[in-house]
Amino acid sequence: MSNALFPPPPEFEVGNDLNIGDLKWFLLTMMRIREFEERVGELVAQNKIVTPCHLCTGQEAVAAGVCRALARDDYVFGNHRSHGHYLAKGGDLRAAMAEVFGKSTGCSGGRGGSMHLTAPEVGILGTSSIVSGSIAIAVGSALAESIRGGKRVTAVFHGDSVPEEGIWHESANLAALKRLPVIFICEHNLYCAHMPLDRRRVRDNLSAVAGGHGLSSVTVDGNNVLAVYYAAQDAVKKAREGCGPVFIECRTYRWHGHVGPNDDADMGLRSRAEIDVWRERCPIKCFSGFLIETGLLSGQAVAEMRALAGAEVDEAVGFAAGSPYPDPQDLTKYVFKEGGQWL
Amino acid sequence: MAVKSYAQAINEAHEQLLSSDQNVFVIGQGVESPWCVGTTTLGLVDKFGPGRVIDTPVSEAAVTGAAIGAAMAGMRPIVFHPRMDFMYLAMDQIINHCAHWFYMFGGKVNVPVTIRGIINRGNEQAAQHSQSPFAMYLHVPGLKVVCPATPYDAKGLLVAAVRDDNPVLYIDDRWLYNLAEEVPDQLYQVAIGKGSVLREGSAVTVVAVSYLAGEALKAAALLEYEGIDVEVIDPRTMKPLDSNLILNSVRKTGRLVVAVPEWPVCGFAEHVVAVVTAERFGRLKGPVQLVTLPDTPAPASTPLERAYFPGCREIVRAVKKACGKGKKQRYAVTYIHTVVD
Repeated sequence: MSNALFPPPPEFEVGNDLNIGDLKWFLLTMMRIREFEERVGELVAQNKIVTPCHLCTGQEAVAAGVCRALARDDYVFGNHRSHGHYLAKGGDLRAAMAEVFGKSTGCSGGRGGSMHLTAPEVGILGTSSIVSGSIAIAVGSALAESIRGGKRVTAVFHGDSVPEEGIWHESANLAALKRLPVIFICEHNLYCAHMPLDRRRVRDNLSAVAGGHGLSSVTVDGNNVLAVYYAAQDAVKKAREGCGPVFIECRTYRWHGHVGPNDDADMGLRSRAEIDVWRERCPIKCFSGFLIETGLLSGQAVAEMRALAGAEVDEAVGFAAGSPYPDPQDLTKYVFKEGGQWL
Repeated sequence: MAVKSYAQAINEAHEQLLSSDQNVFVIGQGVESPWCVGTTTLGLVDKFGPGRVIDTPVSEAAVTGAAIGAAMAGMRPIVFHPRMDFMYLAMDQIINHCAHWFYMFGGKVNVPVTIRGIINRGNEQAAQHSQSPFAMYLHVPGLKVVCPATPYDAKGLLVAAVRDDNPVLYIDDRWLYNLAEEVPDQLYQVAIGKGSVLREGSAVTVVAVSYLAGEALKAAALLEYEGIDVEVIDPRTMKPLDSNLILNSVRKTGRLVVAVPEWPVCGFAEHVVAVVTAERFGRLKGPVQLVTLPDTPAPASTPLERAYFPGCREIVRAVKKACGKGKKQRYAVTYIHTVVD
């Protein structure tokens, strides 16, 4: 466990396939997620946001690395902590902020809140706040594509507690059995709500468990955006070519507590020293440091990108705050879809 | 048009849906078993291949979730559960996900899946192999629930369920599989949300579901000899309910019996009573009668089982009570089970 808690700093290796545009995309995407999460955290603390927000600050490299490897129409499913997945896949930032504000302009029309984001135009068919809830569903969109003979893959993001649920095992087995194009991305942040890993499992062996079900599985440094990207790229290639499902365990850490802007050290659930170790491993700081050190980007360029991301989030907050709430007259709208394919 | 059994009608609906729409596929446990889900899936694998007629491991939750996900991705899956008892294992996927998805995402992603739950009971199968828990699903916003009682409706409602843009729970009953009648050869739909009058009458309205619809017709034939003219209504769709059909009938007869093979507490039968009394309170001519299972798990032993499942006899007794025959009534609503008078 100690190795997991105190890993060495990320080491970056840029392959020939990546140009400066790609590297800037990784950095800007992570910054956009960071600015979004930190601003949402402030607004939660000010009671301007009511919906429970599970912030992914510290885990940005997983969302950015995986989504860069996906095509626009590949499917994505997420969980209760999916602001980052939504933004990295290309979901509209303003619509996400408006949803968190509970406004009618939100991506789910104010019916979903922070935990239920969707953007079908970029393949995000939804996020489920039931632990393990979207795993089988992701296997299903992969099954649909397999039956149709299409090339889309499905990526499903889940936490390290999900393999404690039975349906994860059923889904992994079914996906392997039918060789479905689905990629399980485990964001292993060492905690399930308040519980650390060693109070939930005898072994820290999720990759091996996935491998036991017949999935190709790999463990990567989830704070290293390039390592995540290359693992995801390999997984997408395998899935698209019909080689079956892949499991990617991304070792990472969330800076904030399970829900809201505090860090859970205040609750005695983990130590400040542990949090500080992981803050040193900040995926954005480490990656931008690498880019500056190697001369790929200037310090000024990095600062400008951060300002750009901050401005986008500012604008989204203004949009969300200025948008109307849903009309209570429409409370029962969307229970059923009207019509059908009648003969 | 030819005479077909309820099981043949379901099989034909599957076959024609698979032929006519490439987005339709069938998935569930036992599609390739020697029994082929009581012959309802017989021949489908041979005709359409294991890629579109998919047998699965014993993983109710994942298989149901996979069908739901495929529907979100544009397919029209039929996922079946050979016994509704085992479908409980998929409740999270059906309720938290399938039923809530369209609403929770503001109408952006709909789930046109058909979940086929099969009632399989009798022959001493006991508590875990006998259930028909309609109300568990009727309670949930976002699910439509249909329950055909005739071969014609079995085919037409399956077609309608698959073509509906929403999740539909299609509940068929193994006790009806050999029931036969004329069923059109071509593809047709029975509209979801429309009940049918199985027999017109003037003295009492009997709303009956599943195998009890047939039992109600038998009861009506017996009661005719006693001069009681019974109207039998099969709602066909339990949700959304064709309330007007039932209300119009009760406006005419002034008397109501509801017969549903389910547990009595918070069930479909009670819902029908609530719908009727909300409008007809004070204008009913007699006490409402409910024919249900007792509030008891299903037993195994044959004599206990006979006492457990209601039928024609209980409906006859309920109609007589509703018409004020027999003992003086003390209650406005009476439950009738086989074992409890």
